[in-house]
Amino acid sequence: MMSMAKRLLVLTFALVFLTLGFVGCGKKDTSGKLVIGGTGPLTGEASTYGTSVKRGAQIAIDEINDAGGINGIKLEFIFEDDEADGTKAKAAFEKLMDNGMQIFMGTVTSGAGVALNEAIKNEGLLHVTPSASQIEAIENPNSFRICFNDVDQGKAMAEYIYQKLGYKKAAIIYNQDDSYSSGLYDAFKKRWTELGGSISADTSFAKAATDFNAQLTKIAGSDADFLFMPIYAEKASQIIIAANEKNIKLPLLGCDGLDGILNYLTGDNAKLVEGLIYYTPFLASDPSEKVQSFVAKYKAKYNLEPDQFAADAYDAIYVIKAAIEKAGLTVEDTKLTAKELGEKLVPVMTQIEVDGLTGKITFSTSGEPTKSAKVAEIKDGKYVAKD
Amino acid sequence: MQQFIMTLIDGINLGSVYALVALGYTMVYGIAKMLNFAHGDIIMVGAYTIVVFITRLSISVPLAMILCVAFCALLGFVVEKLAYKPLRHATPLSVLITAIGVSYLLQNLALLIFGTNRQFIVRFIDVGNFNLFGVSVSGISVIIWVTTIVIMIGLYTFIKKTKLGRAMLAVSEDKGAAQLMGINVNRTISITFVIGSALAGVASILYSAKYLNVDPYTGSLFGIKAFAAAVFGGIGSIPGAMIGGLLIGLIEALTASYLPFNLNAASDGFAFVILIIMLVLKPTGLLGKKNTEKV
Repeated sequence: MMSMAKRLLVLTFALVFLTLGFVGCGKKDTSGKLVIGGTGPLTGEASTYGTSVKRGAQIAIDEINDAGGINGIKLEFIFEDDEADGTKAKAAFEKLMDNGMQIFMGTVTSGAGVALNEAIKNEGLLHVTPSASQIEAIENPNSFRICFNDVDQGKAMAEYIYQKLGYKKAAIIYNQDDSYSSGLYDAFKKRWTELGGSISADTSFAKAATDFNAQLTKIAGSDADFLFMPIYAEKASQIIIAANEKNIKLPLLGCDGLDGILNYLTGDNAKLVEGLIYYTPFLASDPSEKVQSFVAKYKAKYNLEPDQFAADAYDAIYVIKAAIEKAGLTVEDTKLTAKELGEKLVPVMTQIEVDGLTGKITFSTSGEPTKSAKVAEIKDGKYVAKD
Repeated sequence: MQQFIMTLIDGINLGSVYALVALGYTMVYGIAKMLNFAHGDIIMVGAYTIVVFITRLSISVPLAMILCVAFCALLGFVVEKLAYKPLRHATPLSVLITAIGVSYLLQNLALLIFGTNRQFIVRFIDVGNFNLFGVSVSGISVIIWVTTIVIMIGLYTFIKKTKLGRAMLAVSEDKGAAQLMGINVNRTISITFVIGSALAGVASILYSAKYLNVDPYTGSLFGIKAFAAAVFGGIGSIPGAMIGGLLIGLIEALTASYLPFNLNAASDGFAFVILIIMLVLKPTGLLGKKNTEKV
């Protein structure tokens, strides 16, 4: 039997926790403001992407508010961590709705995005994802994306490697558990074999994997002339280090997930990715005035060079701004619910054109962007454009 | 042929890491008759101490290694004292559930302190590569093979030859009788845990040196594989843990390389399928002893 004192203690703790739970629920005063919410991984293995998106979007929000807002409407930006996980993303989305979100700028990753499809459909709000590239991530009519989708990206990379670089025999390593990675893999493989390329080593790993030696041995023993890695930068950095120990010196290629890989490779390891080529819509070394002004602001605020995720998010906010202008919203309209705003904003999305950091963007009715892509290469420890 | 030898070496490398973890598992089970599911997580904690001591505080490597083993042993002592000792006379099921609880507690503590981001470890044991039959083998892997064999032999002789070791054996065979013979059963079980956790400390050093990164879930995956290895070899048997670890490592590497279809990720599952088949044929594992229950 618990003693009386113990019971009292437990009761007190329970009450304290309950009260703490309620304190966080007070709603902020957002009159005269439009609330844009976002979710993305701020912790976990995809955390660099979420952090970049949050920062890039914040810069755009600050720019717009400092210039007096849109027709007098100020923007408020709230962001929640989803750890790139579907279940966590659902909770984060609910929390954003509770906090008055009217427009959704998320998710950062595809898996989390697909998990939100039903909620986004039900809420009927305008949804712009900066970087969820899986086809299904924008299956709702109120969803749009800034980045390229996996199928187009995988196809484009197959064509670039086969036609421009002239490689014919592929070694592939991808993450079977991840929808982004397997989506790219399928699209790449389909186009690659159509073109006439062969696959010398076709390998994959599971999400929890820490040991890649068996896969790398298979790759080392094949006659492949390049290694294609349609995966995220964190895992890729571990695989590249292990590949070096196995003396694999194949040219490395990948997709936009490899952006930021230098953050994971310190000291001598950074040299291992010299010459790595990946597909990206944005490069901080782009000399255009728009990009350089963004890079300067980003560096001043965060002491870091922005990556494509930051640029995608920056563009996402300006796309939302263009839609608000096109729909002719006024300060009065900030009182509308997320759904009512969605009804006004979604139809104008296909009519806008935004000259963003990642190119001139227009949208098709399916929500896909039309814009040009760049191929980047790592040279002397920097990401530079490649023809 | 070269490819085949390389795959075998991959398997042995991976298998010796499993074996190293399985040794601690099996020793604690063999003597205290409980499955310490938190064993893998103690390795994870050990790897974090390496992160703190070497990457963050830049303490000299040998000292950091000693501190890591000492910390793991201390952690094992504390966990045993707080979580397992009060349950000495409880049913095995309650102890098992408690061990799972401890495992989650350690994972969540690591999450709380270090966050979900993977922590990277600087290369602190750098011994280059060895050449074996024309195949290059990383030096750290060779160190792991040697350490695993040394620990296996050491543990075996310790239990068979020393007074404390024989006391452990006596406790494992019959707690009541051991008590009557003047053995302090409680203390013997506590010491078993401390030794098991110190072994986890050694495993964590070698794990960190080989993989150079750790996250809060590192221990659970290796823990489960090592548990399978221990069962494969016959849980409670020290040479069995070694053989079981190596076999699981080899099966994983061979299925990943030679399955005719792309199912690398499923090679994890393949090892377990073989484990199930083996347990159907020989329920005590490869080297397990058959215990006849006396009524």
